[in-house]
Amino acid sequence: MNFFAVIGRAVLNLLAQIGRVTRFTGQTLAATVSVPFYGRLLVQQIMRIGYFSLPVVGLTALSTGAVLALQIYLGGNRYGAEAIVPQIVVLGITRELGPVIAGLMVAGRVAAAIAAELGTMKVTEQIDALTTLATNPIKYLVVPRLLAAVISLPVLTAVGDSIGVLGGYLVSTYNLGFTGSIYLKNTVDFAKSDDIISGLIKAAVFGFIIAIMGCYNGFFSKGGAQGVGAATTNAVVTSSILILAADFVLTAVLFHTS
Amino acid sequence: MTAKIEMIGVKKRFGSKVVLNGIDLSVEKQSSTVIIGGSGTGKSVAIKSILGILTPDEGTIRIDGEDVTRLKGAARDPLMRKFGMLFQGGALFDSLPVWENVAFGLIQGHGVARSKAKDIAIEKLAKVGLTSDVAYLSPAELSGGMQKRVGLARAIAADPEIIFFDEPTTGLDPIMADVINDLIVSTVKDVGATALSITHDMTSARKISDRIAMLYQGKIIWNGPTAEIDRSGNPYVDQFIHGRAEGPIKMAVKA
Ligand SMILES: Nc1ncnc2c1ncn2[C@@H]1O[C@H](COP(=O)(O)OP(=O)(O)OP(=O)(O)O)[C@@H](O)[C@H]1O
Ligand SMILES: [Mg+2]
Repeated sequence: MNFFAVIGRAVLNLLAQIGRVTRFTGQTLAATVSVPFYGRLLVQQIMRIGYFSLPVVGLTALSTGAVLALQIYLGGNRYGAEAIVPQIVVLGITRELGPVIAGLMVAGRVAAAIAAELGTMKVTEQIDALTTLATNPIKYLVVPRLLAAVISLPVLTAVGDSIGVLGGYLVSTYNLGFTGSIYLKNTVDFAKSDDIISGLIKAAVFGFIIAIMGCYNGFFSKGGAQGVGAATTNAVVTSSILILAADFVLTAVLFHTS
Repeated sequence: MTAKIEMIGVKKRFGSKVVLNGIDLSVEKQSSTVIIGGSGTGKSVAIKSILGILTPDEGTIRIDGEDVTRLKGAARDPLMRKFGMLFQGGALFDSLPVWENVAFGLIQGHGVARSKAKDIAIEKLAKVGLTSDVAYLSPAELSGGMQKRVGLARAIAADPEIIFFDEPTTGLDPIMADVINDLIVSTVKDVGATALSITHDMTSARKISDRIAMLYQGKIIWNGPTAEIDRSGNPYVDQFIHGRAEGPIKMAVKA
């Protein structure tokens, strides 16, 4: 039956895809721990992946914190529990929303850019040219991006966490009648280092996913402009899905709730 | 004399499409061979197989007598340092200025200091008729012929033992084409490199090669000294070098 053939082919394709991504990741990790090390490229990528993502991450974190405070206030109001706003805001931001928002924003911004850049290099034979110049393309192109993303995402998340809490603070003090000093004291007293650290660990994993999916889709893009376009879309879609899936798994593992 | 490059029974296909169907070709040390053949017959694929960018499905490739067909990763590095390659489409790194493109192999592959590599790059650019102000432009700011010449400068920058030129004179004006022909000849004669080139330009082929090999339907159908190309007695070769539409080679176009 045609139906089974279609399903069978889709499953085989998926498995082959997973195999290729795994192999690519393995090659990248092997290249990470061997010489030479391209420090200049790492700095350049930290600027592109981390530094230039600050505005978008900061802006989304600010509005998320603000909206979160408002929603918790309104929801808590039904039980007369609106005083809990600072505690829930800091918990929600550090554990969950900070890393996930930074991850998704950077996935949209950076995974797409990486896939487009490497995809263009692939279809114009620049990646082949690297090998003919005795340079390992994975080491030269992928490793700096991977390290930069794994380093940048926790930093971006830490900044996003602070700005998110600030967003909640601003709304609470200006609109909801909280006293600033009490809001801050409740935030600081309530937040535990585990909350923050778990979010930063998540962020590092998200950075890994973004760089690998961006590079993988670029490296294996086919055809011309259309192929590069498809690679870019795939990079954003797959990294976003994997970030959400990893978030669930990591939450279960980090907080032993599974 | 041992062959510098040897291809023995090399086959390569993409899906169901057979491109190379048992290629045998050997290139002597410090000689220059040109591969001719119709568009899409697999000339570029043949060179990429030797370079290891593509892995043949069958057959053996030897460099300096060593089987390198399936040599991969770090084990291939010393081999890659012997090679220089001019890609058909240039394949210049568009994120780097021209001089860094040319110096790339020296800096990354051979560990030459940046400032020294830059001097060498500017010297090589001069050899392909480009002045030093071009060195600081980005490849996207160059004309097609200038890009080709930067690609050439990059291919010869590290004085490789073996150089591959994929259509070195395509897109150049006749005078510049002749300058490049002379450059290729002197690279082989003076520097002692071994060259394997692809070209459709018969004037260039005659000038730069010691031998010519013709690729047709996945096989080398003729291979002989350049001086004998007009007396090959092979109707396919005759048709190709005279550029006749009539002959044993049928083009897949509808009349
Ligand atoms: N990576 C690839 N994937 C699939 N098919 C390919 C690939 N590379 C080459 N081919 C196919 O192999 C055939 C030979 O290509 P190749 O580039 O070697 O031709 P060529 O002889 O260099 O032609 P031209 O003179 O036009 O440059 C073509 O039909 C091409 O479609
Ligand atoms: Mg070609």
